[in-house]
This record gives sequence, structure tokens and C-alpha cells, in this order.
Amino acid sequence: MNATQPAVSIKGLSKSFKAGVTALTGIDLDVRPREFISLIGPSGCGKSTLLRIIGGLIEPSEGSVEVNGKPAHRARLDHDYGIVFQEAVLYDWRTVSKNIALPLELLKWNRERRAARVRELLELVELEGFEDNHPWQLSGGMQQRVSIARALSFDPALLLMDEPFGALDEMTRERLNLELLRIWDASGSTIVFVTHSIPEAVFLSTRVVVMSARPGRIAGIVEVDLPQPRTGRTREEPRFFELVTQVRELLAAGGAEVT
Amino acid sequence: MAAIAIEQPRRTRGADTARGAKRVALVIVGLGVFWGLWEAYRWIGERLGLTWPFTVDEITMPHIHEMLSALTKPLQPGGPTLLHYEWHWALFTGKEALIGFLLGGAIGFALAILLAHSRILRRGLLPYIVISQTVPILAVAPMVVLGLGTKGVEPWIAVSVIAAYLTFFPVAMNTLRGLLSPDPRSLELMRSYAASRNDVLWKLRLPASLPFVFSALKISATASVIGAIIGETPASIQDGLGGAIVNFNQYYSTAPTRLWATNIVCAALGLAFFAAVLIAERLVLRRAPEHVA
Repeated sequence: MNATQPAVSIKGLSKSFKAGVTALTGIDLDVRPREFISLIGPSGCGKSTLLRIIGGLIEPSEGSVEVNGKPAHRARLDHDYGIVFQEAVLYDWRTVSKNIALPLELLKWNRERRAARVRELLELVELEGFEDNHPWQLSGGMQQRVSIARALSFDPALLLMDEPFGALDEMTRERLNLELLRIWDASGSTIVFVTHSIPEAVFLSTRVVVMSARPGRIAGIVEVDLPQPRTGRTREEPRFFELVTQVRELLAAGGAEVT
Repeated sequence: MAAIAIEQPRRTRGADTARGAKRVALVIVGLGVFWGLWEAYRWIGERLGLTWPFTVDEITMPHIHEMLSALTKPLQPGGPTLLHYEWHWALFTGKEALIGFLLGGAIGFALAILLAHSRILRRGLLPYIVISQTVPILAVAPMVVLGLGTKGVEPWIAVSVIAAYLTFFPVAMNTLRGLLSPDPRSLELMRSYAASRNDVLWKLRLPASLPFVFSALKISATASVIGAIIGETPASIQDGLGGAIVNFNQYYSTAPTRLWATNIVCAALGLAFFAAVLIAERLVLRRAPEHVA
């Protein structure tokens, strides 16, 4: 992989479903390595569909998607990305440690290597002491941190996140936002993050991709020039509010009802 | 999703023992209540001269203590007690049932794995599997015994096959349901890791199916005992509980307590099978207590 090659490259992508619904049309987007990209838009704009196409979980109808210079399908087979869903999707019968180690088992890592990696990840997501707990013994926020650790376990270059904090309360969400930025910095990965929260998108991202609905397309891209690293204070800066307004106006221009 | 961490109370050995004792006490109370109801009905029935739904007397409703004491009396003058015979009959029928249970369980499990992987097989095969269970076991049993007999198979093994016939169905159905139970997200996660079919089976479908498998095995455990008892009848096997029931039926009007005693032994055998599965379930699923029924 060379330094100038985009982490994700989408060209002329569209997606229609059998029922004749056009979910996405005319999508062109390059994601640079180490970027934190948010996809934001009203429900039904196809942002989750786009994320799944990047992950090679759904085939596009037209156009191409490349991840690390490979077709998305190939990238999935090569374990080039980790994914986090809105629900943590942990396996009940596995402990926290074993849930995190699941991809490593599939990759045939040996026991010692798995254990060492799980210890690192537990530290990264600050869940030391919970390794032998089962998912149903954890809060929603903790479950989602396990899910993030699992996605990062095999150190993929790309992290796909589909509204990972959408089901959490505001305070937990803001805390996990900060944690995610720390993890992003520590892991050196590229993140594509789907959300329906404008402040969350602006706070986290280097660029916010604003989408409009029916059919889903890119209404505009907002460069977030807030200084790094972001802190709790970032949300209080005037520039933050300007950017939030900019995203909101783009959403409104794209036909979304913004309140 | 709950936003608070729920600390599971640590289960101590003392608490476990206390709970076990409570359960045993409940079972004893339950048996006592049943005994009381039985004797009360008989007492009232005899006083009122009830003839509906049946005439209550020594023959139709022997005292429970007489059933139990029949076990301690010799079957023939000077011979071993009835309990001695029952023990050997129960071992014999238990062996048939156990082989049938294992055979049926294995077949049901394998069938479920096969069906879980092919929609076409599910469509094509499932109706016949269901039909197999609508045929009365009493009609199938002689065919199995005679059919296998012509191949030189020992009659008791034919009985195991009949027990397996009753056992495989609940295991196949429930295991299939369990294997298909993972939600789309769990499967999508596996797909994102490019997991093989085998990986999905071993890491997701099978663990998810275990609670279903065990509830099926609990049904099958008692069904296999019933299958073995019924199977002995057309096979004319005299060494088991089924043969004993046929025998004691013929002498019911003179010695009803012997048939009742045999029924109690049959129930005890079924319970022993059920308890064995329950213990196995506790051992295997102990790490996910919410799944233990």
C-alpha cells in the first residue's frame, strides 16, 4: 500500500433494490488514510447501505468500491476492515475476552497470541477486570466498547461504524466519543462512521459527508478544521457551532427536515 | 438496552445447597399432596358408591401403600421379591431406551445440521419427517421388529430402533430451530470476517442452538423410555418393563397392585432419564444461566 492510495475509493456508485427502490445514486468519494469520515443524513438516505457496500457485505448495482486498492469483496476476504454495528452483537455464551478474541480465532491465531492481544485491547477500551464477565452483565456502553475492541482486534486499517452510539444515552455517548478519538489516535486506523447526530459528526470527524434522501446521494462535504486533539472543550468553541450550522443547512438543502 | 451494569450475585455453595434442599422438599410435598388426593378420592368414592367415570374400589384404585408393599412381596411363593424383578426389567428396558436415545439423538442432530444448510432439503424433507411422527408407533413397532428380525437383528435392538424413532424427531426439530436462531446481525458479523460455513456452524450456530437442543433432549429422554416399553410389546420381549406390563395386565383383576407398582417403576425410569439430561444441561450451559430452564 502506498501513502497516497486512498483507504476507500468510491466511483459512480449506485444501488437499487429488487423492489425498484433506488437507495443510492451517483456516489463518488475518496477517503484518505487516517481520516475520520462521518456519513450523515436523514433516515432512508442509504448511509448504512453505503457502509455495507464499502464492507463488501452488499454488492453495488453500478460503479466500483475499492478498499486499500482492492475491490470491496476482496478486501473483506482479506480482513481489511473491522465493523461495529448499532447493537453490540456480542455472543451471549462468550465472555468479554472470548468475544474480543472471536475474529482472532477465525484467523487461527494461537492461544498465547490471542491472550496477549486481548489484554492490550482490554486496556485500550478500559475494560480491565471485566474480561470474564458475560455480555448480559455489562451496560450498553460497556458492551459497545467490547464490540469496538473486537473490531480492532486484528488491527485492520479501516474501521466501519454503523451508528455505534445511537442506542446510548447522551452522557455515555459523549464519553465514548472522546474514547473513540483516543482509540482512533492510538490505533492509526481510518474510520468511516455513520450517524444521525450532527454534533457527533462534527465533533468526531475530519470530514462530514452530508447525504440527502430518495434517492440517496451526497449533498455536500464539510471539512472540519477544528484543532486536534479534540477535547470536551471543543464542543464549546464558536467554530464548532459554525460547522454544526453548516452541516444542518446542507441537510436542509438536501430536503431533510431539520429541527 | 440497559444502561446500567448489573452485577450478578455470586452464587455460593451454601446458597446452592439451600436451593437444592428447597426443591427436594417441594417434590416431597408434591408427592404427599398427590397421595392425599388419591386416597381422599377413593375414600369419598367408596362412601358415595361412585360409578362415574368409573367404579371406585380395590381393583380400580388400590391403596398407594399397597402398590408399594407389592414391591416387597415375592412374585412366586419362596422366590425373589417383585422389586428384584422390577430392577432387572428396568435395567433391561433402560438399556434399550438409552441406546435408542443416543441413536435417535445423534440422527436428529445430524439431520438438523443437514437441514440447516439447505433450504431445498428443508422444503423437500421436512414434510416426510413430520409424517413419520403422525404414524402411530403401535403400527410401526411390529414392522420394525419383524423387518429387522428377518435380518437377524436381536429383538432388543429393534426395540432401541423404535425408541430412536420417537427420539429423533424432537431433537431434529428443536436443533434446527436453534441452528437457525442467530439474528441477521450475528450472521453479518461473521460475514464481515469472511468466516467459512464451518466457522459459522461451530462458533455461532451450534452454541446458539444448545439451549434448544437440551429442551429437546428433555422431551426425548422420556419419549425414549416410552418407546422402549411400547416396542417390547410386539417384540414379545419378556425381559423388560413392557413385557411385565402385558403380563400383569392379564392378571389385573386378581393382582392390580403389581401393574400399578410396575407403572411406578416405569415413571421412575423416565424420571431418571430426564434427571440425567437436566444434570448434563447444568454442566454444559452453566455459563449462561438465563438459558437454563
